[in-house]
This record gives sequence, C-alpha cells and structure tokens, in this order.
Amino acid sequence: MPKIKLAEKTIELIKEICASFDNKEGELINVLHQVQSKLGYLPAEVQEVIARELNMSVAKVYGVVTFYSFFTMKPQGEFPISICMGTACYVRGAEQVLSEFKRQLKIEVGQTTADGKFSLSSLRCVGACGLAPVVMVGEKVFGRVTSPQVLKIIEEYKEVNVEE
Amino acid sequence: MINLIVDNKPVVVKKGTTVLQAASSIGIEIPTLCHMKLEDMDIENKPGGCRVCVVEVMGRKNLAPACVTLATEGMEVKTHSIRVVNARRTVVELILSDHPADCLICAKSGNCELQDMAHHLGIREIHYKGEQSTYREDTSPAIIREINKCIMCRRCEMMCNEVQTVGVLSAVNRGFNAVVAPAFEMNLDHSVCTYCGQCVAVCPTGALTEVDQTGAVIRALSDPSKTVIVQTAPAVRAALGEEFHMEAGTLVTGKMAAALRRLGFNYVFDTDFAADLTIMEEGTELLGRLSAYMKGDKNVKLPILTSCCPAWVKFFEHQFPELKDIPSTARSPQQMFGAIAKTYFAEKLKLKREELVVVSIMPCVAKKYESSREEFSMNGNPDVDYALTTRELARLINLANIDFRTLPDENFDQPLGESSGAGVIFGTTGGVIEAAVRTAYEVFTGKPLPRLDFEELRGMDGLRKATIDFNGTPINIGIAHGLGNARKLLEEIKAGTSEFHAIEIMSCPGGCIGGGGQPYHHGDVEILKKRQRAIYSEDKNKKIRKSHENPYIKKLYEEFLGEPMSEKAHHLLHTKYFDRS
Repeated sequence: MPKIKLAEKTIELIKEICASFDNKEGELINVLHQVQSKLGYLPAEVQEVIARELNMSVAKVYGVVTFYSFFTMKPQGEFPISICMGTACYVRGAEQVLSEFKRQLKIEVGQTTADGKFSLSSLRCVGACGLAPVVMVGEKVFGRVTSPQVLKIIEEYKEVNVEE
Repeated sequence: MINLIVDNKPVVVKKGTTVLQAASSIGIEIPTLCHMKLEDMDIENKPGGCRVCVVEVMGRKNLAPACVTLATEGMEVKTHSIRVVNARRTVVELILSDHPADCLICAKSGNCELQDMAHHLGIREIHYKGEQSTYREDTSPAIIREINKCIMCRRCEMMCNEVQTVGVLSAVNRGFNAVVAPAFEMNLDHSVCTYCGQCVAVCPTGALTEVDQTGAVIRALSDPSKTVIVQTAPAVRAALGEEFHMEAGTLVTGKMAAALRRLGFNYVFDTDFAADLTIMEEGTELLGRLSAYMKGDKNVKLPILTSCCPAWVKFFEHQFPELKDIPSTARSPQQMFGAIAKTYFAEKLKLKREELVVVSIMPCVAKKYESSREEFSMNGNPDVDYALTTRELARLINLANIDFRTLPDENFDQPLGESSGAGVIFGTTGGVIEAAVRTAYEVFTGKPLPRLDFEELRGMDGLRKATIDFNGTPINIGIAHGLGNARKLLEEIKAGTSEFHAIEIMSCPGGCIGGGGQPYHHGDVEILKKRQRAIYSEDKNKKIRKSHENPYIKKLYEEFLGEPMSEKAHHLLHTKYFDRS
C-alpha cells in the first residue's frame, strides 16, 4: 500500500468533505464528486484517505472511481473541456466538434495539453439539448458550437490567466 | 406461506424463498454458476449476474434469474423449458466466447464449474466470436490470479469483503474492461491480502489458484544429494480421501503416510507432532501471562491470541498493528516443525541444513507465504522449503500412479511423527484452544483433567465462548473463525471491553478443515462438518490425548530444547510480528 504523501491541508479538506456527509459509506459518490471538484482529480493517495474516513476498503473506492467515466485519476488541465456526445448533440455534429478540438489541441480524449492549460473529455448529456451541440469549458456552457468556432473558444481561454 | 407451481408440481414455501430454493425443495435442481450458498454459515453469493439460472415465469415477458427471484403466490415456473434451455446455452456460450480455451493445461480442469456447465449443457461450438480479455497474470507467494479466466461471479469478492473483511478484491472498471482486482490494480503481494485462500476455495474457474510447487518437490525428490522429509497438517488426513472419490470425512491418515513413502520421501513425519510442541510453548506462555495477571501485574497483555494461522497473523499485522504484542509469540506448527527438522533432526542425521529438504502438506495456501517469510530462514535457507496444498498432494499421488484407495495403512516415522489427540484437533475451529486447555489445566492446577472432551468449545458457530473452571479460577475463552468474526473480537480488545483470557482465531470458515488448499467443497457445508467429525474421531481413538504426555515431545525437551520458553526454544520456536499498515 503506498504511504499517504498528501499535504496536510489536502488531507484536512478531504476529511471535512467526508465529515459533511457524516462519513457514511453510502455517500461515497457524493464525496468523490466534491473532492474531485476541489482537487480536479482523484489520485490513489486521495482515494486512500477517503476509504479510511468512510471506513471502507480502498479497493471498493477504486472500483467506483473506475466505474464512472466522470471520475478521473489524472490531473485535469486548468480549463477542462467536455464535449457532449449525448444523442441530441451527436446528431447535430458533436463528433466533428470533438475532432476539431483534438486537432487544435493535439491531444486525445482523456489527455491534457503539455502546457497544462486544457484537457479533453466527452460526456453524456448535460440537459441542454436545445443548445446542441454543447461544449463545456469548466462550468461555462457553449451552445450550438460549430467546428469553426472551436479555435475561437480555445483562443479565448489562452488569454486568461487563472491566477488573476 | 406461498403456493407456487414449479414444473407442474405444487410447492409450498415460506415468504422470502427464492425460486431456486423452492425448486430445490422438491428435488428440481436449476443449474447455477455465480450463485453459492454455504448453509448454516450465513455465507451467500447471489449477484444474479451470470444468468445461467434463468427460468420461465408464466405471465412474465422476460426470463427471470431463479437465484434472486422471490417466489410469489400463484407463480408458475418452468425451469427447463426449451426457451430456458436455449437461453441457458446462449448465456454459457457467451461466457465461453471470452474465456481462454486452455482446459488441457488449466490447473482447474476437472474441478471447474464452468467446464462442468459447458459439458452439462452439451456445448460443442461457440457461435460468438469477439474480442478476448487480455489481462496480465498476477503471481504472489501463494495465489495466482489469471483474470482472463474470471467470469465475474463475484464469489471471491464476497468472501474477501463480507466474510473475511479483508477488502482486497473489488470489481473495478466498466463493461468489457471490468475485472475483480485489488485497489489500483496492484499485484496481490503489494496489497493487504492475507493469502487465506478463501477466494481460491470458491472460485468456479481457474481464475484464482494456488502457486503450484509440485514441480519443485518432484525435482527435490529426484535429487540424490537431498534428504527429503515431509510433514502433514492435521486437516489434510480428513479431506485428502475426497480427491480419490472417497466419502467426505473418511480418515486416510495411514494411507496418506503410505502414499508419501511411495512418492519417495525419506521420512514421513507429522505436523501434529509440532502441534503438540506448539501447545507446550503457547500453553506455557498463556500460563505465564495468566499467573502474572492473577498476581496483579497490570502490564500483562491479555487476552492471549493463538498464532498458528498465517493468514490471521498477516491480517492483524495489516489491520491491527497496535495489537501486535497480544498474540502468542509461538510460531505455527508448520514453522516449529521446520525449525526443529533443520536443527535437531538434521544433527541426528549429521546433515547440513542445505542437504535437508522440508516439504509440508497443508490444507492452506497461506502456508506457502508463511514458509517464505524471511524470519523463518537461516542464511537464505528456509526452515520449510515447500508447502503443498492437499490438492497438490493428490496431484502428485495421481502422477505417480499410486492407487490410493487400496494402499495399506502405514505409520509415521519417528522422532517427529508421534502426536497426541490434542495435536490432531488443531485442524478444526476450537481445536487449538481445546488442546491448550488440556495441557494448561493440568500444569496450572497440578491435577489430572476430570474429562478430555470440551464440547462447549466445539461447533461451527462463527463466534463462540465458554468459561472453563481451572479448579476455582474461571478462564474465559473466545473462539472465532473467519476473519470477519475475528475482527469483532479484536475491536473489543481495542476498546478494552474484551472479557476473554484466551482467544483462538482461525481465518477460514470451519478452521483448517475448510482451508483454501483443501479439496473444493463447491458450496457444500456438509463436507466441512464431516471433516470436523473425522478430526474429533481421530482424537478420540488416540492413546495419548494431551500434548504434554507425548513421549517424543518430552524427549525433544530433554535432549535438545531444555524446557518450554527456554532460550533455545525462544530462538527456534517463537517469532515476532511486524507493523504492515
């Protein structure tokens, strides 16, 4: 078992999140959601802390993390880009949009650009089918995206410095 | 009560009964693959995943899995209609379409439930050609995982999590990539696996098997420069016969000794001898701690816990390292035997330890791991060279074309082959502590025991307790088998609420008779009960039934060790534990 090497602050944060769900095993998915939203990803060490706090085996935690495609063990880019591949988006050209993102960023789904700015993922239906095809960058939703708009979206975020 | 009709026959069952149970109650056996129930042990696996047990329920559109479908009033079920048979064959064909077809060289061939199922359903062709799983093989000191042979029945996961509470195995990933694996898909030897082998004991296919050491033993036996000796654990003699189609519970002690001699072992000894030795050391330790406690020593660690079971030892090293000073420091009988064989016995034969090969026959896969622990070796030469399971011994016997059933009964060799009845009962839950009581009582009170059978310590309940009157001093004894039950007693000790003076723990349900290296029980608990009865009957028929009365044990102390807990005994027969958390 790898010994836990996380910063004290990170461990405290995970403990707080677990405590806010009464350290209940049944809340695992909610805990994972919150922890990932704070840390960006769920590395092995993080899963070990969660397992200990919820008094369950780390194998079970890993089982859930690997079952749901939403959870990731790899660090995400500063701006995680998700392309909806749900039925509505798909039929309105989401696939072409996705390949344009891949071409522009030179990465595949599940990867992060070398400068750590962008990562790419596909997801299933964000409930905004009227805006299909939908792209999300972080929390922001872009609707009726076409291939030519892809470069513009990327350029927009390249300018932004997240530290400010 | 609920009335239903199964295959045109009326059945009355209690509420909560599954269709599978209802059918079984009138003698209709529905084939199952993932389902497994150990009656009376509260162990059941029914994920309803494999779909082999599907049946037709009149009025329902889809076929229903019998193992998870509850019987309802007026239900009409067809268990073997043509539609059902067709579906069942399709299901098994689909499972086989992603299963390696290497039955010819598979360790599980002949004992494989998937193979039996394919045979039963008369499958001669697999119509579905598709992708095949390719997952790396994982080899540990005791268990091999060949995940390509996994059918996701989840029995191992249930044993590992619910029964043993070890929590190493879980289903991970999704869809076609789903496998049962440790966290982060690490290898078993990096995980908190105890090697109890209960996953191996219930695996229906060859996905989980023991590390096969028969080849190494054959090489040792054919090496003229080696003297090869063998020890046999108590539970093996109560189960080995099953591998040769003998009735479960048949004692084959004499035939086993004869078979080992015919295989070419130079000396055929008995782990039961070392079990008697364990009692001398562990019993003395128990009495030492008890006397100190009675005299008011507040630092004394009680309860004392038995330490014969290597999976249990690894369990507390990982999960309760703060309690590592509580178990007895006595090594297990296997390791005591190895240490004595490579010193006392090697000296007698004027052999160097490297010239002596010690083989154990164990009901256990964790014993392979135990023998590989560094502290049980000297200058890189292990005290026990190879630990074979009961199943591996059966393979050797078959390989040498020995007709086991017609063998005469032969005796063990001396001086490491004599044992008392107390040594024999080490093979079942409750046995170690009963053996300890027989000796500790007499040493403590200075009086002969009024009786030898402690029925209150026997049985199959997962947690048992009894108070034995040591001539006016009540001694509280706890017994747990299955690591989940052990955990409950450990939590009490941690919380300071334990009422016990001594606790026996065995990792496997039933104790060693249900060990991970025993002939496969395929879910039949009756087999374990019969083995247990056989062990107690062997004890009953022994002339000597107390460890301290074993003449060869007395001689060993006189000639070599001095007395229990002596410096030499400490060096050779005791050990220490490690924090592995």
